[in-house]
Amino acid sequence: MTCEEFVELVTAYLEGTLPDEQRLAFDEHMALCPGCDRYLAQFRTTIDLLGELPEESLSSPARESLLNAFAQWRRTMGGDSS
Amino acid sequence: MTGAVDADRRPDEQALVGALRAGDEQTFAALVDAWSAWMLRLARGHVPSPAVAEEVVQESWLAVLQGVDKFRGEASLRTWVYRIVVNQAKRRGVRERRSIPFASLSEEDLGPTVDPERFQSAGEPHPGGWRQFPEEWPENVALGREIREVVTTALAELSPRQRVVVALRDLDGHSADEVCELLDISAGNQRVLLHRGRAVVRAHLEQYFAGPVTRYEVSS
Repeated sequence: MTCEEFVELVTAYLEGTLPDEQRLAFDEHMALCPGCDRYLAQFRTTIDLLGELPEESLSSPARESLLNAFAQWRRTMGGDSS
Repeated sequence: MTGAVDADRRPDEQALVGALRAGDEQTFAALVDAWSAWMLRLARGHVPSPAVAEEVVQESWLAVLQGVDKFRGEASLRTWVYRIVVNQAKRRGVRERRSIPFASLSEEDLGPTVDPERFQSAGEPHPGGWRQFPEEWPENVALGREIREVVTTALAELSPRQRVVVALRDLDGHSADEVCELLDISAGNQRVLLHRGRAVVRAHLEQYFAGPVTRYEVSS
């Protein structure tokens, strides 16, 4: 396995979807190649950073108007006495 | 991850749907808070601006209310809501690009994810080996303001398909199987899109860490 091949297999490796033989070759390459070992570590860091991005969410006016719409919807459903 | 509402488990879905039908506002508010984040990200894959994405999410919630009586539980509630968001986003037709064809990969999804120039070619001592190892990154990189900007910018540059997959997997923590089901794509294509998206974000970080000193001089 070359470095150029290694970098394309990182996600498959992390997902655990590499066939046994390829996984073995990947592990072996990683052990022998500091560059690829580093690449994999940086890939992991990237994934961690992505996971730390703050949640986007609805703005409060949007949320507010949804809750109003909900109240209205509930009224029009009929039979609800609130 | 879903906060107060553990809406991902099927057994609880009946209760959830029941509460919605009964007009329980707390349930609705909790669902809106727990799910709007991924709905926004999903919508962003289809429409050009955050503002339009927000409208799409609002419209989607209204469609959920209108349709909840007809929800039959054939798919999970989340999948059902997902499809509503996609439909609403497509209906906006804001970009004339209609829908993003998830089923097939396009050119921007194929080819090497690392610049081939960084590897030695046939005539060199180690064909396919690094010409130069990637530079080391600082230890314990934390998501400060600048790095957050780098990552956000990188995400914005991904193709919509890649961005949605990365968002669902790495930001929202869905499993590969879930994403395949949500987007109706094969495991192989899911992996290709995810890998490429991550590789682009890594490359942006690499560039940032190797960045010219001027970057810091300018910002002061």
